[in-house]
Amino acid sequence: MRSFLSKQCDAVYVRKSWETESGRSQQLWAGLAELGALGLQVPETRGGLGMNEVDMVLLLEECGRAALPEPFAETAAVAAPLLASLNDCAEAQSILSAIAQGSAIVTPSHEINPFVSDAHIADFVLLSRGDEIHLLKRDQIEAELQESSDPCRKLFKLRWTPAVGSRVAAGQQGRSLSDDMLNRAALAVAAQQLGVATRLTDMAVAYACEREQFGKAIGSFQAVKHQLANVAVRVEFARPVVARAAFCVATEAAERSVAVSHAKIAACEAATAAAKTALQVHGAIGYTWEVDLQIWMKRAWALDKTWGASRVHQARIAAALLGGEAAPSFGFSV
Amino acid sequence: MDTADGFEAHRRWEQTLNEGRWAMVPWPRKYGGRGANLIEWLIFEEEYFRAGAPGRVNQNGIFLLGPTLMDFGTEEQKARYLPPMASSREVWAQGWSEPNAGSDMAAIRASARKQGGSYIINGQKTWCSRAAFADWLFGIFRTDPDSQRHRGLTFILVPLNAKGITVRPIAQLDGETGFAEVFFDDVEVPLANRLGEENQGWKVAMATAGFERGLMLRSPARFQATAKRLLELYKRHAAEVDDSVRNAVLKAWMDAEAYCLNTYKTASQLIAGGSIGAESSLNKIFWSELDVHMHETALSILDARAEILPTAPEAGDVDGWLGGFLFSMAGPIYAGTNEIQRNVIAERLLGLPRA
Ligand SMILES: Cc1cc2nc3c(=O)[nH]c(=O)nc-3n(C[C@H](O)[C@H](O)[C@H](O)COP(=O)(O)OP(=O)(O)OC[C@H]3O[C@@H](n4cnc5c(N)ncnc54)[C@H](O)[C@@H]3O)c2cc1C
Repeated sequence: MRSFLSKQCDAVYVRKSWETESGRSQQLWAGLAELGALGLQVPETRGGLGMNEVDMVLLLEECGRAALPEPFAETAAVAAPLLASLNDCAEAQSILSAIAQGSAIVTPSHEINPFVSDAHIADFVLLSRGDEIHLLKRDQIEAELQESSDPCRKLFKLRWTPAVGSRVAAGQQGRSLSDDMLNRAALAVAAQQLGVATRLTDMAVAYACEREQFGKAIGSFQAVKHQLANVAVRVEFARPVVARAAFCVATEAAERSVAVSHAKIAACEAATAAAKTALQVHGAIGYTWEVDLQIWMKRAWALDKTWGASRVHQARIAAALLGGEAAPSFGFSV
Repeated sequence: MDTADGFEAHRRWEQTLNEGRWAMVPWPRKYGGRGANLIEWLIFEEEYFRAGAPGRVNQNGIFLLGPTLMDFGTEEQKARYLPPMASSREVWAQGWSEPNAGSDMAAIRASARKQGGSYIINGQKTWCSRAAFADWLFGIFRTDPDSQRHRGLTFILVPLNAKGITVRPIAQLDGETGFAEVFFDDVEVPLANRLGEENQGWKVAMATAGFERGLMLRSPARFQATAKRLLELYKRHAAEVDDSVRNAVLKAWMDAEAYCLNTYKTASQLIAGGSIGAESSLNKIFWSELDVHMHETALSILDARAEILPTAPEAGDVDGWLGGFLFSMAGPIYAGTNEIQRNVIAERLLGLPRA
């Protein structure tokens, strides 16, 4: 995945995507299908690889590292496993095969976000409202573009009319799928943020080794070193948290919501700290449109607020830890 | 632990532990352990802290020197030193720092001159934890008088009752005798007390430092136990404090979990044959900052009672938070200051140029 993306999705490609109408490349999407990445979580019976979240977060980290504009996380990491769990829905099952082949883009819509990403190219929107889940075709929605500070992100305000035929789950099943959507998407954000944070750190380190002031590389100044070291600490301690959350989702562990919220908070903190630090280390050149640093800084800031800002995830953890039940804990159970 | 009576009580507890082979479970059976792997050791630690069992008086021995002996000791040395270490019949102090060699440990001046079958040691060590009551000291001494910096140093084991040694206790922030200065005046120890090669002491010491910053010294259960106590403290006082305190409590819980997860990751890597290098510096910063954060948060919950000692009549549930807070403030200093760790991370992990 890393070598594929470093060729197919370098900074030149990312910048070029800002200029095109859709901002997306069919060729790149086909490449992701060919790699098996799109079908990673599609069951083998539907032409996928039948792998799980523990594998998926590794690919998502690479997406963050490459600042991939395509809705890979939305389709492959969120929609695919949700559709797979809709056993009785023939349409959902047939979409799965299309996802694996690269011929269907599905984007999730959840009340936690005011906007939906990639509705302009999505073949389907998997929508959670209250305790209902709807599967909407492109012609059942109207989407109004909301320009994002991250020029890669295509966000839309969605308008749709509920139709009897579009509802694929309700009641208890709908509520649990809604939670599942949020957990999967927040986990996907966290995993991407690890890649974003790593890339920003790498760029800052490379620049600090090359840029000279006062006759030496700025990276030899302790004030610069220590800021970068602090970022390295945060990234190091966010990664196993994301891995644990992935494992909890994969095994449907009771504490998965808490584990995911923790991962979302930790990885977003690492990425936003990396963004701030990388900019400071670059000085004025980092504050320009010209320099590629902005690609990852803006991604870090955008992802930080999507699928629940930290406040939302803190509240979920607080509810679990302070709600009277025993606090979920790794190893050291209470 | 930092009074003579308390020290002896801890020593007796260690003996009890050792009788059940619980003192150092990862060690081989012949040295008093159970041959447990690192994951099993972490599980032991979880149970130990869950039970609220006493602090380990011989931690310099069992957690730092012990693993170093396993790597660098001869068979005779292991057989000689490990069993009494496991039972705490011999409690160890660490003698690295000197008045003029703190962060700059390579500036060590205390010397060990070879004479016949012995080293003759002169000079001074300081800040040696628990040396006021300990039996032995491991330290690094300059064996090559013409050497500079980290060359020419040798790792030597010194009995603290040897002739020519003066131990001067130093009271710590809490007023207790937590560490001591040690003066060496023509102290004679056999050459056999050398650990590793002569003039290779730096290398041996760095391995010990790796254990100290990395896995052994601060097992995750210690912080998870504190996080759990903090959660309980918060629940009792939730109505009196605002949301910023709640968020600080959540952060404490999350970071203690993250530390645990990362430790399991490291332990798995070690079991798979990997090694820890400069990564241990990431660890040291994380646990020391976590410990400070948890205690600061506890004090902010206790509010005006935060300054009250547990012995005060109105102490209520102040417990050991204040004492824990004071000790947490030492965390960013000992085992190599956090500034030094940041230098290590920047230069060795990130590859930034040396100053
Ligand atoms: C509770 C406690 C227990 C201890 N136990 C032991 C023990 O058992 N055995 C033992 O040998 N030692 C022990 N020490 C000593 C400890 O290892 C030293 O305190 C530590 O290495 C720092 O040295 P120093 O105190 O001389 O501070 P200094 O080295 O003088 O540092 C003072 C300040 O300057 C900063 N500084 C120094 N150099 C740099 C640099 N290059 N870049 C950036 N900042 C720098 C430091 O980070 C620190 O903030 C203990 C210390 C404490 C507090």
